[in-house]
Amino acid sequence: MEKTSLFMIIITAALVNNVVLSQFLGICSFLGVSNKIKTSASLGGAVIFVITIASAVANLLYTFILKPFGLDYLQTIVFIIVIAALVQVVEMFLKKTSPALYTALGIYLPLITTNCAVLGVALNNVSDGYNFIESIISGFGTGVGYTIAIVLLAGIREKMEANDIPAPIKGAPLVLFAATLMGMAFFGFSTLS
Amino acid sequence: MNNYTERIYNGIVKENPVFIMMLGMCPALAVTTSVTNAIGMGASTIAVLVISNIVISLVRNIIPDEVRLPAFIVIVASFVTIVQLVMQAYFVAINDALGVYIPLIVVNCIILGRAEAYASKNGPVESAMDGIGMGLGFTVGIIAIAFFRELFGAGTLCGIQIMPSFYKPIDLLVKAPGAFLILGLIVMFMNAMSIQTRANDLVDGGCDGSCATCAAATKENCDKKEAKA
Repeated sequence: MEKTSLFMIIITAALVNNVVLSQFLGICSFLGVSNKIKTSASLGGAVIFVITIASAVANLLYTFILKPFGLDYLQTIVFIIVIAALVQVVEMFLKKTSPALYTALGIYLPLITTNCAVLGVALNNVSDGYNFIESIISGFGTGVGYTIAIVLLAGIREKMEANDIPAPIKGAPLVLFAATLMGMAFFGFSTLS
Repeated sequence: MNNYTERIYNGIVKENPVFIMMLGMCPALAVTTSVTNAIGMGASTIAVLVISNIVISLVRNIIPDEVRLPAFIVIVASFVTIVQLVMQAYFVAINDALGVYIPLIVVNCIILGRAEAYASKNGPVESAMDGIGMGLGFTVGIIAIAFFRELFGAGTLCGIQIMPSFYKPIDLLVKAPGAFLILGLIVMFMNAMSIQTRANDLVDGGCDGSCATCAAATKENCDKKEAKA
């Protein structure tokens, strides 16, 4: 029972309630960094990493500090500070211990700080009443969902590059229409929940 | 036109955050399922933007330059929390409809972008006017998106039946993909009219991966960062 519900949390977070295509979090980077599969995959990796850790830390803070002292209303302020600090720490830690991973994630790591997806997941975990393990799983699932969406969009954009597109649709509208079609395709997953 | 009305005109027309600057896309797509939600979101954003602009402008000479962004985020987050508590107390229905997107005003790039680009360099009155202008521009923008989505997607406006009964609503428009579709059509229309927007830069330039930095990040900075990486 326990295992199936954790599996459901991953499926829901990654596919059914896809963070980009159905919750519209992280749109800026979704549109901005999706021109190449390789870069979007690195960004996806960095997002999975940061969201998972941020969910864990946010959950611990909420359960052991904010809740017992009746400070729930400070959650937005505390979470955003924690996320900003966390990204810095993760960056320094990776630079020291795993330079290869650090170079692979490159500039994307510091840019994630204020990606709304990270704060959004931390707040959603609290409002859904997830425990520590469930928060980590849901954070991880959300990161995976983000990666799936951005890598798929990058794939579509790489293919579309060679096509002859009417001038007004070139650029942003084309990407937005591709996202529309992806969003419709992701509706198919809603039957899973 | 004096300096103050110029700020408001600038925010609503010349640098409209939604259609020209392409800022705050997350709420612009997420809460525009109905005009009522858009008005609620717009009003909350105006409140946070104006107050945080004034406060940031007042403390701009005290905050050391190196830590100004974290300091701005904390100031903005405090006012977002206050707005959220007010909404929970007095506007329960709209608060439930907007849900997590109210606290997420913290990471709305318009607010941090204006703090960085305007309030940290100008006096409190000008900054307040700038906040009102930008906030109204954002509100007008999201109401426009919500207008099309609600009218054609549900046949209503603010929950009141507008379309004749034989009209079959296009359900898709009030669902998630409809937001991308309507925004895409609007940008396409603006491209066709050759109105210069940041939409294509955002998509092609593609360097800033975060909401809050996209206002502050310039092409140069991005190139520098990329060269470093």
